[in-house]
Amino acid sequence: MVRRNARLAAWTAIAASACTVAIAATPGDAKRGAEIYTRCQACHALEYNRTGPKHCGVVGRKSGSVPGFDYSPAMKRAKLTWDPKTLDRFLADPPKTVPGTTMTYAGVPDPQERADLIAYLREAGASGACR
Amino acid sequence: MSFFDYPNVVVARRAMLVRSGAVLSGAAVALLAGRDVLAATAGDAAAGDIRILNTALGAEYEAIAAYQVGAESGLLQKPVLDLAVTFQGHHKEHADVLAKTVQKLGGTPVAAKAKYDFPVATLKTQADVLNFAATLEKGAVSAYLGAVPLFANRDLAKAGASILGDEAMHWAILRQALGMPPVPVAFMS
Repeated sequence: MVRRNARLAAWTAIAASACTVAIAATPGDAKRGAEIYTRCQACHALEYNRTGPKHCGVVGRKSGSVPGFDYSPAMKRAKLTWDPKTLDRFLADPPKTVPGTTMTYAGVPDPQERADLIAYLREAGASGACR
Repeated sequence: MSFFDYPNVVVARRAMLVRSGAVLSGAAVALLAGRDVLAATAGDAAAGDIRILNTALGAEYEAIAAYQVGAESGLLQKPVLDLAVTFQGHHKEHADVLAKTVQKLGGTPVAAKAKYDFPVATLKTQADVLNFAATLEKGAVSAYLGAVPLFANRDLAKAGASILGDEAMHWAILRQALGMPPVPVAFMS
């Protein structure tokens, strides 16, 4: 019985992990991402630094590199490049990805919502607001 | 006295806002009870809680500055202007409590910035100002929602949730003032 339960748990874990990969691969929708971005707007804006750094140009940028923004020591040390993969990891759980970050936010748990948000950030970076 | 016992909606809303301030003060007193917070939070956990409180404090300072811009814009008419000043007062109360709690935990509260950037060029009407404020308040609800589960100390989480509730009321009333459905969703994220 114990062995059967263990086998079942293993299969469940494998199925869950395959499912996660499939969901993470879904392309993001920038329009949905714009709506999700309203959650960020207590601290962030596209064009200017606020409690958090500005988001224009974030996709492709080195972490801790916006001029004039006072980053936490943790973010200064993080040495990440914000591509879709690292953004996805960070947005899922900011304090776990960069321990000591001042982005004290539990994260966006839904992979599709993260993909949408990243699609929005990428599209907004190329928009008139960011030129 | 219920909302419906007041002579009109404006008077009722003002009275309710004053009352909500009293409720928040109660939560603030609980938060500042001090010893409990200190006893229950130590080491890395305290450092983490201080970081959360300081991020919230920075955002509260920015909200205070944003409402100041709105109040001084000349675009807000009474009673909306009174509403904005009342909400700014709540953010001042939040900031005061957050700063004192950071100190009690042994941290250094962040200071307000000397200057904030706001999209002032896009604020041309009262509705623009209200929309801007509503955007910040909705963001604040999400920010506290994302911060509450991170607190190591449950009393601090409770206090954070108390502020979240206040921000949600601001957002709903601003939407109402804009003629939008005040509470458009059953769940926030």
